[in-house]
Amino acid sequence: MIKQSSITKKFIMAFAGIFLVLFLLVHLGINLFILPIHVNHQEIFGQAVKFMTSNLVVKVFEVVLFSTFIIHMAYGVILQVQNWMARPRRYKKGGWSQTSFFSKFMIHTGIIVLIFLVIHFINFYFVKLGWTAAPSGQAPVRGDHDFYPMAVNLFSNTPYAILYIVLIILLGFHLSHAFQSAFQSLGLNHSKYSPIIRWIGYLYSIIVPLGFICIPLYFLVF
Amino acid sequence: MKVRLKIWRQPNATAKGKFVTYDMDSVSPEMSFLEMLDSLNGMLVEKGEMPVAFEHDCREGICGSCGLYINGYPHGPQKLATTCHLYMRVFRDGQTIVVEPWRARPFPVIRDLIVDRTALEKILVAGGYVSVDTGQATESNTTKVSKEHADEAYDSAVCIGCGACVAACKNASAMLFVSAKVSQFALLPQGKVEAKRRVQRMVARMDELGFGNCTNSYACEAECPKGIRITNIARMNREFWKAKVCGQKTV
Amino acid sequence: MTKLDSKIPQGPLAEKWTHYKEHARLVNPANRKKLDIIVVGTGIAGSSAAATLGEMGYNVKVFCYQDMPRRAHSVAAQGGINAAKNYKNDGDSVYRLFYDMIKGGDYRSREANVYRAAEVSNASIDQLVAQGVPFAREYGGTLANRSFGGVQVSRTFYAQGQTGQQVLLGCYSGLCRQVDQGMVTMYARRDVLDIVIIDGKARGIVARNLVTGEIERHAAHAVVLATGGYGTIYYLSTLAVNSNATAAWAAYKRGAFFGNPSFVQIHPTSLPVLNEYQSKLTLMSESLRNDGRIWVPKDKEDKRHPNNIPEEDRDYYLERRYPAYGNLVPRDVGSRAAKERCDAGYGVGPTGLSVYLDFKDAILKQGKKAIAAKYGNLFELYHRVTGSDPYEEPMRIYPAGHYTMGGLWVDYGLMTTISGLFAIGESNFSDHGANRLGASSLMQCAGDGYFILPYTISDFLAGEIRTPRISTDNKAFEEAEKTVAERIDKLLKVNGKKTALSFHKRLGNIMWNYCGMARNEAGLQKAYGMVEELEKEFWKDVRVPGTSRELNQELEKAIRVADFFGLARLMITDGLDRKESCGAHFREESQTGSGEAKRIDSQYSYVAAWEYTGDGSAPVLHKEPLVFENVELKERSYQ
Repeated sequence: MIKQSSITKKFIMAFAGIFLVLFLLVHLGINLFILPIHVNHQEIFGQAVKFMTSNLVVKVFEVVLFSTFIIHMAYGVILQVQNWMARPRRYKKGGWSQTSFFSKFMIHTGIIVLIFLVIHFINFYFVKLGWTAAPSGQAPVRGDHDFYPMAVNLFSNTPYAILYIVLIILLGFHLSHAFQSAFQSLGLNHSKYSPIIRWIGYLYSIIVPLGFICIPLYFLVF
Repeated sequence: MKVRLKIWRQPNATAKGKFVTYDMDSVSPEMSFLEMLDSLNGMLVEKGEMPVAFEHDCREGICGSCGLYINGYPHGPQKLATTCHLYMRVFRDGQTIVVEPWRARPFPVIRDLIVDRTALEKILVAGGYVSVDTGQATESNTTKVSKEHADEAYDSAVCIGCGACVAACKNASAMLFVSAKVSQFALLPQGKVEAKRRVQRMVARMDELGFGNCTNSYACEAECPKGIRITNIARMNREFWKAKVCGQKTV
Repeated sequence: MTKLDSKIPQGPLAEKWTHYKEHARLVNPANRKKLDIIVVGTGIAGSSAAATLGEMGYNVKVFCYQDMPRRAHSVAAQGGINAAKNYKNDGDSVYRLFYDMIKGGDYRSREANVYRAAEVSNASIDQLVAQGVPFAREYGGTLANRSFGGVQVSRTFYAQGQTGQQVLLGCYSGLCRQVDQGMVTMYARRDVLDIVIIDGKARGIVARNLVTGEIERHAAHAVVLATGGYGTIYYLSTLAVNSNATAAWAAYKRGAFFGNPSFVQIHPTSLPVLNEYQSKLTLMSESLRNDGRIWVPKDKEDKRHPNNIPEEDRDYYLERRYPAYGNLVPRDVGSRAAKERCDAGYGVGPTGLSVYLDFKDAILKQGKKAIAAKYGNLFELYHRVTGSDPYEEPMRIYPAGHYTMGGLWVDYGLMTTISGLFAIGESNFSDHGANRLGASSLMQCAGDGYFILPYTISDFLAGEIRTPRISTDNKAFEEAEKTVAERIDKLLKVNGKKTALSFHKRLGNIMWNYCGMARNEAGLQKAYGMVEELEKEFWKDVRVPGTSRELNQELEKAIRVADFFGLARLMITDGLDRKESCGAHFREESQTGSGEAKRIDSQYSYVAAWEYTGDGSAPVLHKEPLVFENVELKERSYQ
């Protein structure tokens, strides 16, 4: 892994990243049904959760997803350590160059996303595995797969909801650089289409986090 | 005008360096930054001290020798300019100016502000050429090159090898430098024959020398005195991908 | 008395080179790896020669003072490279290129050499293109050409305003390839301080490692100097600040004759001297004269802003004096005309030493956009350096020391008067006579390095196949190293008060004033004395801090300046000897009624080759008569 060429590592980062970006979209799509956007929203959400937790194809996919997460993180850490090593002595007065701002903090926002992920796992995935207790609160939880009341319980908890919102915003920062960066790393660059990709990236990194934020906001407000 | 300089002084490669402060009381705004250093050095020599060692040669922005990290910017705050084309009029009267050498593991300091940039040459030696012996060339106009490609290749080929991209990059990555050369040859029919081998060897040498990895922060593009664009990096990534995936042989 | 043999092959002009190649001795490939060659300097000539010799199988060692060969000052050439391809179908041919060069050089160059330079020019272009040099192209994909420097055909290949850089990088890439293949060893950051002669042959060099300060010995069967010109003798010039004459001067002192040292081209369009701190005169490409108009006010006292001076009060002196060529007269003519106006008191700017180069008409006619497309980068450069915007007000320009036509005397095989010591590119004297035409120096350098030296050096090395590797333990190395070390020691011990740079400035001033664009007997005599005085003062009062065993840029400067004093005297001596005006060498005593240069062919149709006879004694002049069998000597007229 360490011996791989820098560009290979970047490819892997980019591929994994794009996969995660797509996954996030699916995730958001399901999550939005926590909100009363449809008369049967609760039921649809329940069915989606059931599908995602029981379908065989999804099970295989789950393994792929976890591996992708691990690969993305491991490579991110290796790249970062190598990058720190490439400049043993730092500048006294440095870093004034105009850059893609969030690119400077990918490791930091990345680590925060990882922390978020751990919290997320404790709250949901580990519950499913029976490792941790389901989040309790006003809504009664019926079984390990009953994610709707779990989510409601969490989002009704104001400190949790605020933490959630902050972490999602940081995820947005991560994404804002990540999206177009992945295309650059893969060499998918074109004078006509690259600006479009850049815009899609920005829109994605705003709309997707906004979508996620809507949910706790709803519970905070109502 | 007056300026206060904080300059990195390090008598040799192994010595521990430090910043030394010099106050310059009569600096003309019409001086170039290097001429200002010349005059500082004149004063130091007359006092019997060692002058500040810095690299410079053509003083017209093309040789790539000069390269000082000035107040947080490679080649100073002026865009699209080398240090020799930086003029004191861009600084304020009374300003403190921090002058540092390029910092990167593959660029060890030799003395004061001079670093060893031969790592860049080592990358070129690994494939930054077209293998054509003298006298083998065919009549030039038998190979046509579209104007678009020729111009783009030229835009990549104007790199002066100053290393500002490495100095600016938070990861000390040399991707812009390497990709400019890879791109030049990727865009021209002359470079196609060896394209797969070239990109793999040059990237391998770059990694071996201890440059950092590109994280697409684009500081290199912002600081390149010759305006080399990051599209070159994307092109190199593509070339690399093509070579690894489609090539018969991994080099 | 004369020992000069130019070894020009017999036969008709067009067949000389072919004849030479067909009869030159060869070295068997198996023997080549037993032969070592040292190349000093890595500009276009040095890089291309080293790469080619490496390809052929010789062991090549390359030396340069920069950290990498790519920084050699060939990199700064802007305009282009000539070749007789006749792509524009405008009647160009090898002969025409040859003729233009001979005429442009004011009939002070050797026919056979010039013809050969023109002959190999096409191959150089092919070679460079094959190496991936991105020359400008037409929409159809073929190479583009432009007209350059006072000729009637479009034969100049170019890569925007950075042709020199692109050509050098092409040659350098070939060099990198040979380094990769282990045929060439790079010795960067070395100043070559002496040439080692063993039994009358150049067998090595003594160099100072600029990082450690160590004095190194390097041996070889032949030594090639590609060290460029010595224009920095003027201190302010268009050359790189560290360009120097040290290696060539060492060769001269070891017995290589110096040819036409006083022939220095002054480039007409450089940025003027703006202030006393200035360390460099940046060249503005000659191509600016295609659209810019040069003028000064008609009235000396006219101190109005140039934009407020109406047409009728402007003197477009080039258009007035040279209606046929106007602003496009050759460099020497344009430079002298600017000097003439400024000396007469019409110069503009705070120093009175500049003239206007005005784009107003061109912008009106072609639009700002068209002008920006052609000269945008030059305009930006001008703006950045001077703080004034050339789109809004005229540029100010003045001539600056640029290219030295003079250099080490070489025979047809590019060998100096020291056997086994070759000089190529600008460091030799051979192809440009008394004035060089634009875009012909890149052509000469590439030609010398790629296509001429490899043949001629093989002819010499064919006689050396029985010579075993040269040992650096030889007494001659010891002696050379001792000479160098003593000189360095002497410099360090002066311990005076003034910097080497201050002496360089003063020397430059003397040379510019008395041995620059115009010279006269009294001025040259005076300058000789001044240089002598300055040299004495230098050795009493220069201050070189630090030691020799470290990176010491003051010491590097001091060594270079110390060598310039002798060269300055030689230039003056040569200028005194040549009482005619020719090309860039303008003797005020020898001019026509209208103030043009007047050649005296009956007395001065020779190359002045100077032999060193010791520091205290006068150099001895050897004359190589120039025989013109193919062209008729005419007065150069651009009116």
